[in-house]
Amino acid sequence: MFHAPSLDEFYPGALLFEGTPFELNRIMAIRLIVVAVLVIVLLLGTRRMSIVPRRPQAALEFALGFVRNNIVIETLGEKDGRRFMAPLMTIFFVALGMNITGIVTPFNIAGTSLIGLPLVMAVVSYVLFIYAGIRKHGARFFKNSLFPAGVPAGLYIIVTPIEFISTFILRPVTLTLRLLMNMVAGHLLLVLCWSASWFFLFGLLPHGDFIGLLGAGTVAFGFAFTLFEILVAALQAYVFAFLAAVYIQLALADEH
Amino acid sequence: MHTAFLASAVLADEESGPNPVLPETPDLFWGAVAFVIILVVFIWKVLPRFNAVLDARSEAIEGGIKRAEAAQAEAAAAKDEYQKQLAEARAEAARIREQARLDATAIATEVKEQAAADAARITANAQTQIEAERQAALVSLRSEVGSLAIDLASGVIGETLSDDTKAQAVVDRFLAELEAEEKASR
Repeated sequence: MFHAPSLDEFYPGALLFEGTPFELNRIMAIRLIVVAVLVIVLLLGTRRMSIVPRRPQAALEFALGFVRNNIVIETLGEKDGRRFMAPLMTIFFVALGMNITGIVTPFNIAGTSLIGLPLVMAVVSYVLFIYAGIRKHGARFFKNSLFPAGVPAGLYIIVTPIEFISTFILRPVTLTLRLLMNMVAGHLLLVLCWSASWFFLFGLLPHGDFIGLLGAGTVAFGFAFTLFEILVAALQAYVFAFLAAVYIQLALADEH
Repeated sequence: MHTAFLASAVLADEESGPNPVLPETPDLFWGAVAFVIILVVFIWKVLPRFNAVLDARSEAIEGGIKRAEAAQAEAAAAKDEYQKQLAEARAEAARIREQARLDATAIATEVKEQAAADAARITANAQTQIEAERQAALVSLRSEVGSLAIDLASGVIGETLSDDTKAQAVVDRFLAELEAEEKASR
């Protein structure tokens, strides 16, 4: 019979270390596999790099160069870009690798579809931009952030709470939830499409119920959303890394 | 569409399901582990290698450009040198030509002067000789005229003076000749 997908999808049973803080379920295992794949690709891909790249090196260099130039250096400039290159690159590649498992068989669920990893990356981004601001401006960073220049003194009653909430509370929250909810919703949509297809094509159709022909439509939707999720996976990785870079840039800027 | 769908999914399971925005400890732990491992790999290997190859590449490109610039400068210097030498050679040739022209003019002038001097000298010699010969001729003529006159006189005297008219004619002719000679010599 037809089972609608629920949030229980994201809480599979424990595989190892049940009941400990290191409990390893299916999603955690997927994260570890993604980490292993990323480490292998990154280490093998950058081994013996030559000035004139061969095809595998050129492919990896394209990805690294995209993050380096189009996200980090374009936002922060050459000098500050180099300082924050490692965490921003890590954010992009971890997010991309973890997102893409949502459409890769046999994983079929994104490593970022549980809040832990998006939250860790949002905290990293939060710490980075506050560190960048304090390092550059000292205590003036908070003054610049909370009391933006050029605002009439009376308006600070309104502006300062808004700035505080938007800068120091909403930034990490939106970073976390944007990624998490995109992955959760994407997964639920795909599960809905495929389980409906299964129900129509193998539940109803064999018993002569022609409503089962709707299964052709749900299969088409499944393929369409799979392609869409590839786009979302890449786009969310880009957005996360780009916003993290922008927050650092705003903290480093002289005028807020 | 995503969010509307999600909202309904969340609402449907509100009572029974877990809250997706509250992290559980293993979730945070493995998320942090995954992030830290990749971060370490980037700091430890990937970025140094990537930056090294980028630096080497820009180095190679800049080196190539620098070498090309050096070669170009060298070629330009060689061209300048060559043109300088060419100009010098041309100036030298012009100078030699000018000198030759001056020399030729000088030689021609000298030859002309020499020729003129020779001509003057030859003319002077000839005139001197002519003068000398004239003097000699005059001297010899005088003496000859004298002897002729004496001969004629003797002849006239020796001859008969019977024919007066004949004698008279001879004398007249002689005197006329003498007179003519006198006129000519003057």
